Amino acid sequence: MTTLTSASTTKEGALRRFVRHLLYVMTDNPVTAVAFALFVLIVIAALFGPWLVPYNPLATDSSSTLQAPSWQHWFGTDHLGRDVFSRVVVATRLDLMIAVTAVAIAFVVGSTLGAIAGFYGGWTDRITGRLMDTIMAFPLFVLAMGIVAAAGNTIENIIYATAIINLPFYARMARTEVAVRRQAGYVQAARLSGNRDWRILAFQIFPNSLPPMMVQISLNMGWAILNAAGLSFIGLGVSPPTPEWGIMVAEGANYIVSGQWWLAVFPGLALMLAVFTFNLLGDGLRDLVDPLRRT
Amino acid sequence: MATMSRTRLIAWRVVQAVPVLIGIVIVSFLLTRALPGDPAAYFAGPAANAESIQQIRVSMGLDRPLPLQFISYVQDLFRGDLGTAISTGQPVIHELTTRLPASLELTGFALLFSMIIALPLGILAATRPNTWVDHLCRAVVTAGVSLPTFFTGLALIYVFYYLLGWAPSPMGRLDFLYLSPPKVTGFYVIDALIDRDLETAWGALSQLLLPAITLGLFTLAPIARMTRAAMLQTLESEFIRTARAAGLPRRKVLFTYALRNAILPVITTLGMVFSFALGANVLVEQVFSWPGIGSYAVEALVVSDYASVQGFVLTMALLFVALNLLIDVIYTLVDPRLNTQE
Amino acid sequence: MAIPLLDIRDLTVEFATRNGTVTAVKKVDISINKGETLGIVGESGSGKSVTSYALLRILDRAGRIADGSIVFGGVDVGGADERTMSELRGREMSMIFQNPRAALNPIRAVGRQIEDVMIQHGLATRGNARGKAIKMLQAVRIRDPEQRYHAYPFELSGGMCQRIVIAIALACRPQLLIADEPTTGLDVTTQKAVMDLIVELAAERQMATLLITHDLGLAACYCDRIVVMEKGEIVESAAVETLFASPQHPYTQRLMRATPRLDSQVADLLPADDERRASTKRQPIGPPLLEVDSLVKAFGSAANEVRAVDNLSFTLHEGESLGLVGESGCGKSTTSAMIMRLLDPTSGALTFAGSDIAVISAKQFAHHPLRSKLQMVFQDPTDSLNPRWSARRSIEDPMRRLDQLNRQELNTRVSVLAERVGLPAHLLDRFPHQLSGGQKARVGIARAIALEPKLLILDEPTAALDVSVQAVVLNLLASLREQLNMSYLFISHDLNVVRLLCDRVMVMQAGKIVEEGPTEKLLSEPSHAYTRALLNAIPHPPAQASSIHSSSAHPPVTAL
Repeated sequence: MTTLTSASTTKEGALRRFVRHLLYVMTDNPVTAVAFALFVLIVIAALFGPWLVPYNPLATDSSSTLQAPSWQHWFGTDHLGRDVFSRVVVATRLDLMIAVTAVAIAFVVGSTLGAIAGFYGGWTDRITGRLMDTIMAFPLFVLAMGIVAAAGNTIENIIYATAIINLPFYARMARTEVAVRRQAGYVQAARLSGNRDWRILAFQIFPNSLPPMMVQISLNMGWAILNAAGLSFIGLGVSPPTPEWGIMVAEGANYIVSGQWWLAVFPGLALMLAVFTFNLLGDGLRDLVDPLRRT
Repeated sequence: MATMSRTRLIAWRVVQAVPVLIGIVIVSFLLTRALPGDPAAYFAGPAANAESIQQIRVSMGLDRPLPLQFISYVQDLFRGDLGTAISTGQPVIHELTTRLPASLELTGFALLFSMIIALPLGILAATRPNTWVDHLCRAVVTAGVSLPTFFTGLALIYVFYYLLGWAPSPMGRLDFLYLSPPKVTGFYVIDALIDRDLETAWGALSQLLLPAITLGLFTLAPIARMTRAAMLQTLESEFIRTARAAGLPRRKVLFTYALRNAILPVITTLGMVFSFALGANVLVEQVFSWPGIGSYAVEALVVSDYASVQGFVLTMALLFVALNLLIDVIYTLVDPRLNTQE
Repeated sequence: MAIPLLDIRDLTVEFATRNGTVTAVKKVDISINKGETLGIVGESGSGKSVTSYALLRILDRAGRIADGSIVFGGVDVGGADERTMSELRGREMSMIFQNPRAALNPIRAVGRQIEDVMIQHGLATRGNARGKAIKMLQAVRIRDPEQRYHAYPFELSGGMCQRIVIAIALACRPQLLIADEPTTGLDVTTQKAVMDLIVELAAERQMATLLITHDLGLAACYCDRIVVMEKGEIVESAAVETLFASPQHPYTQRLMRATPRLDSQVADLLPADDERRASTKRQPIGPPLLEVDSLVKAFGSAANEVRAVDNLSFTLHEGESLGLVGESGCGKSTTSAMIMRLLDPTSGALTFAGSDIAVISAKQFAHHPLRSKLQMVFQDPTDSLNPRWSARRSIEDPMRRLDQLNRQELNTRVSVLAERVGLPAHLLDRFPHQLSGGQKARVGIARAIALEPKLLILDEPTAALDVSVQAVVLNLLASLREQLNMSYLFISHDLNVVRLLCDRVMVMQAGKIVEEGPTEKLLSEPSHAYTRALLNAIPHPPAQASSIHSSSAHPPVTAL
C-alpha cells in the first residue's frame, strides 16, 4: 500500500505545492470554495460597508416605517423607517470587530498559557489547568453575562467577556498539541543540537502545533460572533441606535407576531451566514492542513 | 496499576467536584465585588438614597476587608441568602427556586429531543458515508451550529404561530385558559399527567414544543457531529477488523463492538453540550417569554438588579457542575479502563 | 496431487486514491494445501497484507478485488455473498493481526469476545459458552483462565493479548489460519512463545497456516514453503530448502543476503560488488571515554519507588563500539537518555572525556561545550525530523546552534555531510514526507555526525527500516565509525544486529546488566540464563546450503 508515497517524490516548489493542494481542496469540496468566496464578501462588507450602502443606516424616516422589502428598500424598513439593508451591511464591521478582537485576545493569551503548561508540565500545568477548569465550570454564555453585568455594560466588556470564555479552548488545545510533541524525536534531536527550551518551544513545537489550532480559530470565530450577538440580543453591550445584528433581531422580534418578518429575519440571516462561513472555512482549513490528505 | 472499585471511583469523582465548587464560589464572589465604583450603590438600585446605600453597605459587609467579606459571603450562601431582588423585593433565592422548574423542564425536554434525533442520525451517517443520510447529517450539523437560537425561535414563531397558526401564542408555559396543575415535580406536563388532566397536559406540551425544539436544534448539531466522527473512527479501528475477520454479523459488529466504544467520546462531549444548552436557554426563554430563571436574569439585567444576576450565575454554575458530575459518573460506569491515574 | 484448500489465481487488488487507481496486488497466484504452512515474505509495500485482507474480503472501502479468483474449499470467495462470507470468516478461515492490543475490543471482557465468535458460529450456546471460552483460554496457555476471562485488553501484556486473538481465531477450529505479522512489536522471547503456540495448535488441528512476515528468518523457521513478494507481485515461490539453497530471483537473493545470519559480518549484508560495503577492519581501542558509575533512575514516590535503571556501571573506551541489549521495558532507553543528558539521573556519576557530566542538569547541558561531542541517532527516522523543515535545515541546526559558521561554510559542510552519508544533494531541499525511510535515516545520521561527536548513541537506528535498507544503514554506520574515529553505544533489542556492529555487548534485564563480554564470546558461550533465552529465541535463516533443521530456534518438527 505504501506504493502511494512514491508518487509524491516529484520535485516541486513549496508554494506551487500549496496552491495545487488549495485548488484540490476547493475542487474536491465545492462547499469550501463557496466558503472562501463568502469570507471575501464578508471582509469587503466589513471594510467598505459604510461606503457601499444606499442609505444612511441611522437616518429615520417617519413617512416610510415598517415597509416590506421592495426595489427601493431591498430588506424593507424598520419601525423608524430606517433602511434594513444598509443597517445589516454596516453592522458587519462591528460584529466582526468584536469577534476578531475577542478571538485574537483569547488565542494569544490562551495558547501562550497552554503551550507553557504543556511544555513544562508540573505546577505550571496544574495551576493553569485549575484556572481553566474554573472558567469551564460555568455555562460559558452565562459567565459572559455575569462578567458584563459586573464589569459594566460596554462594548469593550463584551469583547473581554467573549475572550475569557474562549480562553480555555485555546489553552487546552495548545496544551495538548504541545504535550504530544514534547517528547517527539525531533524535539529530542533539537536538544542535542544545543537548542534552549524557548527555542525548542518557539521553533520546533509551536509551528507544528499551529495548523490544528488555525482550524479551531476559524470554528471559534463563528461561536464568538454568536455569543456577542446573543449578549446584545438580551440588551448588553451595544446600545441603540447603533446597527448591530443581535440588537436588530431583538428590535425586530416585537414585530414578528404581527407579521413584519423582515425586521428580524435579515439581520438574523446575515448573522447566520457569517457564522456559517467561518464554520465551513474551518472544515476547509482542516482539509488544507491535514497532512494525511496531502500527497 | 490498582483498579479501584466502581463505588470508590464514583466517590472519587464526587470529591473531585469540590475544588471546582470552591472555584465557582470565588469567581461569583469576585463578580459581585468587581463592579466599578461603589458596589453598594449598584446593589441598592437606582432609586436608593444615601441612607439606604449605607444600609446595604453594612448588610453586605462592604465596609470590612475583602477576606472577611468573603467569609460572610460564604456564610450567607450556606444559609441560602443571595440577597434581595430590587425589582420585586423578594429574596433572590425564592425567585430562583420558583422559576427553576420552568427552565429545567425546557432544557430537559430540549436535550431529550436533540439526543433522540442526533444519535441515530450520527450513527446512520457514519455507517453509510456519502449517502443521503450522510449528506443530511452534515447539512444539519453545519446549519445547526450556525443558527443563532434566538433567530431560530423567531423564525419558528413566524411560521408556526403567525403563518400556520398551529402553535399557541409564544407567551409563557400555559395559556391563561388553563390553571397550573398542582405542583409535584414543578414540570407542568408531568404534573398535569399525574393529575390525570390530559387537557392541561396537552396545553402545557403545546406551549413547550416550540421553545424546546428551538433549543434542541441548537444542541443537536454538536451531538450528531461527535456521534458521526466517533463512529467513523471506531469503525476504522483494528478491533473492528478482528470482529469482521471472525465472522461476526454486521449488527453485532455495529452495536456491540463499534457503538459501545463510539459512545464514550459522545458522553464526554455532552458536558460541552450542556454548557451550550444552559447558555442558549437564556435566549430561548427571552424569545418565548418563558418564565424561567433565564428570562428573570435578563429582566434583572435591564433594571440593574445585580443580586439577582449574580444569584442566577451561581445557580446555573451549580446546575452545570451537577450535570458534569452526572456525566462523569455515567462514564465511569461505562468505561472499564478508568483507574486511579490522578 | 490433491485439490488445494485455498487456490488463488491472478488476484489483482486496486485502491482508489486521489491520484487515480493504485494496483497494490498484481496477478498473484497462491495455493495452500490442507495442513500446510505457507509463508509470504516481503518488505513494506509488497502487498502481502493486502493479499490476506482480500482473502477474507475485509479490504478497506477504497480497495477492491479487480481481477482473479479465490477458491477456498470449493467456495468461490470472490463471488460469494456477504452471508456466505460471514459463515466462512472465523468458522473456516480466520486471521490474527499485528498489534494485538488494538486488535481487541478495548471495553469488552476478553472472555466475552471469544464467546461472541463461538456463539455466532453455533459452536456454543449462551449457556455453555463461558466454559468453552475458558477452555480456549487454557488452550492458548493463559494462566488463571477463570480470572482472565473477565480481564480487559488494557490489563494484559502484548503477548497475552496476542494469545487472546489466537484464541478468538481458533475458537471454531478453522481450516486455515492467516497470521499477518503476528509477532511484530513483541519481544523476541514472546515472539518465540507465540509462534511455537501457533505451530503447535495448527498441528494439533491439522490446520493450514498462512504466515505473512517481513522476517525471512521467521518464515524459514516455521514454514514449509515460502512465497516472496515485491511491489505487489510474486517474484519467487519455493519450498524452504530449495529457496535457501538456491534463490533464483535477484530480489530474493538480495533479501536473503541482507537478513543477518548467525555467522554473517556486516559487509556480508550487501553484495560483494557493492561499494557501500564497510571494511571489516578492527579499530584500535583507546583510553576510557565514558565511565558510568552506579547510575540510578527511579520513578514514583519514595514509598512506591520503581527503579528503571538500577545501579548501572560500565566503561566505554575511545574507538570502541559497545552494545546494550534488552527487551522492552528493561531500562535501556532510560539509560541512553541519561547518558545523552536528556534526562537527569536520580544518582550516580557519568564521566565523559574526563569531566563529570551527571552534575550538569539536562537543561544546562544543552549549551555545554561537551554537548557537541555527545550525539545520538534516533529510533524512528520519521519522528526524529521536524516535518516543517527541509533535510538541509535539519542537518544545519546543530551547526547553527553550536558552531559559528557563515552561510557559505554551512552550505559546504552540509554538502560534505550529505555525501558522507550517501544522501544525493538534490534531496537536501525536500521535506521529510517526500523522503523514503532510508533517506530519512541518512538525514538523521548526517545531523548526528555534523559536530564530529566522540560518542554516538545509536538507539535502535534500524528498527523501523526494511531489512534491505537496514543492511545499507548498518554498513554506513560501520564505515563512518572508522572514518570519523567515533565510539558507539548501540542500543537494541536485537542481538543479531548488535553483533554486527559491536566489539563488546552488555545484556540488560529489569534495570540491571546481567551479562557482559566480548561479542564473540558472549554469543558462543552465554553464561546467564537470560542471555541464552534471548539467543535461543532469535529465528535464523538457515546458513546457506546447509540443512534448515540445524537452526536452534526451529520448533519441534510438526506433523504435516
